Amino acid sequence: MGALSSKARLTGTTVRRRLRGDARAWIGLGTLAVMILIALLAPWIAPYDPNAQLDIAHLHSQAPSLAHPFGTDTFSRDVLSRMMHGARVSLAISIGAVTMAMIFGTLVGVIAGYAGGIVDAVLMRIVDAAFSIPSLLLLIVVIALWGEIGTVFLTFLIAGIAWFTVSRLVRAETLALRDADFVVAARALGVPSWRVLARHVLPNVIAPAIVAGTLAIGNVILLEAGLSYLGIGVRPPAASWGSIIQEGAERVSDLWWLTVFPGIALLITVFACNALGDALRDALDPRQLHSAYDE
Amino acid sequence: MRRYLVSRLLQAVGVVFFVTTLTFVVVHLAPGDPVGAALQGQNVTEAIREKWRADYGLDRPVSEQYVKWIQLAARGELGYSLSHRRQVRDVLADAMPRTLLLCSFALVISFAIGITVGVLQAERPRGPRDRWLGRILLLLYSVPEFWLGLLILLLFSYRLRWFPAGGMTDPVTYDYLSPREQFVDRFRHLVLPVLTLGLLSSAGIARYQRGALLAVLPMDWMRTALAKGLSWKTAVRRHALRNALLPTITLFGLSLPVFATGAIFVESVFSFPGMGLITVNAIAARDYPLVTSGVLVMSVIVVVGALLADIAVAVADPRVRLG
Repeated sequence: MGALSSKARLTGTTVRRRLRGDARAWIGLGTLAVMILIALLAPWIAPYDPNAQLDIAHLHSQAPSLAHPFGTDTFSRDVLSRMMHGARVSLAISIGAVTMAMIFGTLVGVIAGYAGGIVDAVLMRIVDAAFSIPSLLLLIVVIALWGEIGTVFLTFLIAGIAWFTVSRLVRAETLALRDADFVVAARALGVPSWRVLARHVLPNVIAPAIVAGTLAIGNVILLEAGLSYLGIGVRPPAASWGSIIQEGAERVSDLWWLTVFPGIALLITVFACNALGDALRDALDPRQLHSAYDE
Repeated sequence: MRRYLVSRLLQAVGVVFFVTTLTFVVVHLAPGDPVGAALQGQNVTEAIREKWRADYGLDRPVSEQYVKWIQLAARGELGYSLSHRRQVRDVLADAMPRTLLLCSFALVISFAIGITVGVLQAERPRGPRDRWLGRILLLLYSVPEFWLGLLILLLFSYRLRWFPAGGMTDPVTYDYLSPREQFVDRFRHLVLPVLTLGLLSSAGIARYQRGALLAVLPMDWMRTALAKGLSWKTAVRRHALRNALLPTITLFGLSLPVFATGAIFVESVFSFPGMGLITVNAIAARDYPLVTSGVLVMSVIVVVGALLADIAVAVADPRVRLG
């Protein structure tokens, strides 16, 4: 109850006002918008074909220059063009996986929290187990042994290890809402459970799910990059930021631009997601309304 | 206390069993088999392949292989690694201490940095120091593990030549060094991987520590501490920190999976022959027994670590023990 009475004062206007005043929100949102724009427009704005070997005899392993701002790789392909197209792959996988994880995680969390009892116990034990195993390791095993998996399957797999963070959060929120006056009132009026969930519970747990989702996008971008770095994510000749780094890693001592530039792109994008996620979380946090350090 | 311990222990056993089964199923459902991989490109007749499969028990039904594998694993018999041509147990026995060494050094560094930064931030919440450290942490939090490793490798190894580029020991001179020099050589090979792993994990710990401190700052006993004349700094460092360390013990358990995955990338970048690198290489070689056992052992380490952390919290905090 206590949590709810303070939440009642956290109106949409307050959240918007807080977000507007938060530099992290602007920086995060702006950077992400630019990256998504680059990804969407890559086929038109990329200076070269990302997979074209421009001149294998004379243009391979070129250091950054005016014609090739981020250099060329050992196959004489333009790194900037590959990075622009790589942004498509990296962002599509991450946004796709996180969207799926959010939908599934929210459903599980709401059902567990609202149903309670055995359903809750079973679902939460599964979530506990998922938390305590090195899921990346299992993911690596699956992907590596199955060999040539497509981008869509990869997205599903990543979603499969990202949903439970959302579940735990949403369940906690749902538990608090279950006994809230307006939910009890709806139940007392004879509103069916699914309708109570859809109309009264879901809209109130969306906010924390979105925060978790924003922060998860950053993590998933890192995950996809990591898998591609290990050589088991995006398949060549397609480029993702991770796979460009992987191709250059062997020769990081002389072809440093193959490692440095895609890494910076990764860093900036993930940083933007985390900054935006932090800003959203702070803005939506009711405790900060009356905390001493919010002034 | 006993009830808590028993239920927590059962849960840990359940998780280990779950992971084991999942790994076994995934490995055996996958296309391709170790005999095919081991004999790849060699001119070997199908009859000989079949003989190999029969020798290694790969022609038996999966359920039978599973039961047999569990029985053997319970006795510490993890099978034979085709890619190393050695007992899996021996391969892992070599690799595990290396990873544990790497991770424990990194653990100490990351908690030392993390707790210090957390305290520095929480002393003046929302002040300039808090904000700047927060931004740096967020940046560190957003760095891809392997990329930071590559940059550190590029800078300290290839450019400055302060530390060796990878491996455990110097491949050429190690055998000719005196014991003291051998120790120094091993230490020098550890510095960069430990630094990478430690730095990466410290970001999460610092964020957590700051949050835990901020949660206890408005407590009544903090006001009491200030009222009896303690300076703000002393109150934070003596009273608040002591109370805010409890969640950090839990974090220790929670951060073990992070270390396990971090070790995979860091070991790959620095060619450090620990559990992570060996498991990744075993996957490429389709070395079933080694992959399954590698994942099993890593999971057990992670689960046991989390269990120990929970027990430590229960011992330190009566609310958990009795509640």
